[in-house]
Amino acid sequence: MRNSLAIARREFGAYFNSPIAYIFIVVFLLISGYMFFTEITTGTPQADMRPLFGLSPLIFCIFGPLVTMGLFSEEKATGTLEMLLALPVTDWQVVVGKFTAAVGLIATTLAITLPYAFFVAGYGHLDWGPVIGGYLGLLLMASGYLAVGLMTSVWTKNQVIAAVVGFLFCFALFLFGKLLQLVPPWLAPTVQALSFDYHFQSIARGVIDVRDLLYYASLIGVCLIVAQTSLESRRWR
Amino acid sequence: MADDRVMIHVDQLTKVYGANPKPAVDRISFDVHAGEVLGFVGPNGAGKTTTMKILVSFLAPTSGRATVGGFDVYEQSLEARRKIGYLPEDTPLYRDMTVLEYLQFVARVREIPPARFRARVKDVAERCAIGQRLGSLIGELSKGYRQRVGLAQALLHDPEVLILDEPTSGLDPNQIVEIRNIIKEFGKTKTVIFSTHILPEVQITCSRVIVISDGRIVGDASPTELGRILENERGMELVVEFAGGDAAVSAARDGLEKVSGVVSIKPFTDPGEEQRPGRFLVGTAVGKDVREEIFRAAAGANAKLVEVSRHAPLEDVFRHMTRAPQDRAGA
Repeated sequence: MRNSLAIARREFGAYFNSPIAYIFIVVFLLISGYMFFTEITTGTPQADMRPLFGLSPLIFCIFGPLVTMGLFSEEKATGTLEMLLALPVTDWQVVVGKFTAAVGLIATTLAITLPYAFFVAGYGHLDWGPVIGGYLGLLLMASGYLAVGLMTSVWTKNQVIAAVVGFLFCFALFLFGKLLQLVPPWLAPTVQALSFDYHFQSIARGVIDVRDLLYYASLIGVCLIVAQTSLESRRWR
Repeated sequence: MADDRVMIHVDQLTKVYGANPKPAVDRISFDVHAGEVLGFVGPNGAGKTTTMKILVSFLAPTSGRATVGGFDVYEQSLEARRKIGYLPEDTPLYRDMTVLEYLQFVARVREIPPARFRARVKDVAERCAIGQRLGSLIGELSKGYRQRVGLAQALLHDPEVLILDEPTSGLDPNQIVEIRNIIKEFGKTKTVIFSTHILPEVQITCSRVIVISDGRIVGDASPTELGRILENERGMELVVEFAGGDAAVSAARDGLEKVSGVVSIKPFTDPGEEQRPGRFLVGTAVGKDVREEIFRAAAGANAKLVEVSRHAPLEDVFRHMTRAPQDRAGA
């Protein structure tokens, strides 16, 4: 646990030593800020967080793999991974540590958007249930994308490949929800159950359902275990 | 000095990469005791790095086993890793961190208590002479400095075993001497394995040399013993230089040819130097010391004898041992 935290701390620091964290935060704030701005100036302003929660799934789908692409690929390319894994840490502790750092970056970014909520509250009664649910949902969903991206980062020492493959996986998960009309009715519930969006929307309504939490938890779990197994494959005999 | 404790035990270790039928490391066995500095020499691709990667648990052996400090590197890998300080080839370090941040990170992962950390940093900074640059970004350091940071990182938890993969490659002569001194100092009480291409280095630094070729151990002895092995098989080689004019030199050479025990005379040039006409490499038969006769041959031809010296044997030992067995049979 302590070693995972040490790794998470280093990774988190590394984000802010490189342009990645700043680019991600600035782009995210620009897009979400713009959405709020147009909502307030053109439409009838409503006291809710829809502008943020509406577009975020797509933003995270694109940026998640960019945040995670370097986690393992870069260390593989530069050779530092060998140094790291020769320390007395298990592969699982390394995976968890790096994942925690990526989630920390997203959580930090989301925290910066909190003032929007207070601002919007000025336009009328803001129902805080969906706001809290929305933030929780966003964090869970983003973590899901990050776990996918981390997994693809273990597979290659090329960061671009890690990002592109990660994005393909994330986009597939994102699309599942949009494909509902195209699949035969008997398949629809399955597709819906696999969709990122579906589970997110249900949490974002302020309803915290165990099934939604389980969905994200199991997706994250599966990806991290696959990542650990891939990392460990160097020691298979 | 070496004591009885076996710090590294390698038994029939074999590593096969993927579907490659030829093992990278083929049934090698050796023990290293506390207080030994073991030099690992061999051509590129001989299996040095693979062996080291198995010892630090980065790779798993295909068969056979290895223990470090009594712990199996596969079954008890975390315990084994706690005993080891490791520096891989090319010193991969996080370039975006300062030296101190990096050492802090390693200390946290190694769970060195913060109270002890200060004393440890002071110790390794002193030993590796990096005290002045603790605040510098690693990416901005010279290669020599980076190497010392890599060593400091490996020494931070005061390990019992130090494993270094080509710690002096790519450094300038002054830096090489510095690194060598750190290794020697550490090796007085602890155990060191390091690999190198630079053969004089093992003569200076190591108490023992293992020559590895094609995944197998072909020599295991002290540096001086290694030199003797070759002389016993092939006879001595002497560098001889005559002076005193062309006529005298060629007369001396003729005289030398008649000496019994001299099997070959070839013009000899030191690497990187210009050819000098009176300089020869003289091969002798096994067990014959012809140095006196060389002196007489020079005197008889009225030539001056400028030099008689043993030809630096380690390169030859190395080449001799790492040749394929069929070549050796024909030699």
